[in-house]
Amino acid sequence: MAYSEKVIDHYENPRNVGSFDKDDKSVATGMVGAPACGDVMKLQLKIDANGVIEDAKFKTYGCGSAIASSSLVTEWVKGKTLDEAAAITNTEITAELALPPVKIHCSILAEDAIKAAIEDYKSKNA
Amino acid sequence: MKLPIYLDYSATTPVDPRVAALMMKYLTMDGEFGNPASRSHRFGWQAEEAVDVAREQVAELINADPREIVFTSGATESNNLAIKGAAHFYGKKGKHIITAKTEHKAVLDTCRQLEREGYEVTYLEPGTDGIVTPQQLKEALREDTIVVSLMHVNNEIGVIQDIAAFGELCRANKVVLHVDAAQSAGKVDIDVQTMKVDLISFSAHKVYGPKGIGALYVSRKPRIRLEAQMHGGGHERGMRSGTLATHQIVAMGEAFRIAKEEMAEENKRFLKLRTRLLDGVSGMEEVYVNGSMDSRIAGNINISFNYVEGESLVMALKDLAVSSGSACTSASLEPSYVLRAIGRDDELAHSSIRFSIGRFTTEEEIDYAIKIICENIGKLRDMSPLWDMYKEGIDINSIEWSHH
Repeated sequence: MAYSEKVIDHYENPRNVGSFDKDDKSVATGMVGAPACGDVMKLQLKIDANGVIEDAKFKTYGCGSAIASSSLVTEWVKGKTLDEAAAITNTEITAELALPPVKIHCSILAEDAIKAAIEDYKSKNA
Repeated sequence: MKLPIYLDYSATTPVDPRVAALMMKYLTMDGEFGNPASRSHRFGWQAEEAVDVAREQVAELINADPREIVFTSGATESNNLAIKGAAHFYGKKGKHIITAKTEHKAVLDTCRQLEREGYEVTYLEPGTDGIVTPQQLKEALREDTIVVSLMHVNNEIGVIQDIAAFGELCRANKVVLHVDAAQSAGKVDIDVQTMKVDLISFSAHKVYGPKGIGALYVSRKPRIRLEAQMHGGGHERGMRSGTLATHQIVAMGEAFRIAKEEMAEENKRFLKLRTRLLDGVSGMEEVYVNGSMDSRIAGNINISFNYVEGESLVMALKDLAVSSGSACTSASLEPSYVLRAIGRDDELAHSSIRFSIGRFTTEEEIDYAIKIICENIGKLRDMSPLWDMYKEGIDINSIEWSHH
């Protein structure tokens, strides 16, 4: 399958690979997908006192598009408020990475990961 | 060393230069370009003679009579001709066919077609080592069984089946035995006399011959009858009409001649290279070999790298031309049906890679392959949340995943 240059770049030089302490109250963790489906994404956001995402990290088990989608999202969410981050859609990710139709589920997964992380943060800090 | 490194000899092989050189002599005006069916002039006679020599060479590799060799366009056509041809011819005796779940699509899809025509097919399930036992076949045989089709060597996992034992059973029960030997010719000894096989499919391009040519062995003693699938001028004793492709047939003959001569030495070399490759990557954790190690061709190794997704693995190994058990790279998103049939879970099936070693593989290439495999598996595992969980001792099967 021919990947776009952007996918290959993110795949070969993934941004922000790593983890934060998931028990830290300022850390939001979202894990989505399933091993049997071939992709699992873990997205973690570090949120400051003003509700702004100061840092983001990811780990992904999945194809090149899944890795690129999560890598891209960690770049995009930095500096955004939770509401702004929640507004990121899979279509934006698909367009940025020029994902082929069979890989759109990767961008959906990345969007879901952001939402799951924000959910986690809200329930932790409720 | 040229990149990417070709380690996909089970998919196809380059034509041996000796074969290509010979093939060239059967194309142009100054060569033997005649139609082997032309009886009235020298051009035809010489082409016919060249075909006869090639037929003899193919027959010799499997200890058959040259009159038992029918040239086809490849193993897919041979499989179709054998299974449909025998099922149709013997259809009055019964409608039951036996095959296995790990067969090549050319066999499985042919059987599906026969099911649509009203035949009944039993699909044997091999053990976790990929082997079908004679006992399984014995239990599946029925009064109305007419054809058994089982492969000699599996294309994905390289395991070798006990064809002679199947032959005994089928001969005793007067059932036609067809064997797909596309992956075994030139790699494993085949003797049609001792193995008691009735029909065998061959392909030239897996044995350093050209694509587009293959053969079907059709036993004369006992005499096996087939209904032709291709009608026309009655070539190949009526079993397969169509002008014989002299240059391709000559090439196949030469490729099989070389295979017979060099097989034993080659296998020793392949085994060394394969052992080197396996030893080189076995230092990593969670590395699994798929299929039997005891009954396996020397040039094949199929390995699953747990907690690494198959498609990203293939991307990471872009300097290696290998096949992935994860069909993500093709149209469907299904993992290998062969690995599933031998009981591998989806994750391991997705993360499998088939390495196949061949005539032009060097030790230097294997060493380079080991290096990039180890580096990239490490990199991908560092990126994998599943690897973290494994390291923390969390059983990923205990987690409720949201399937999407």
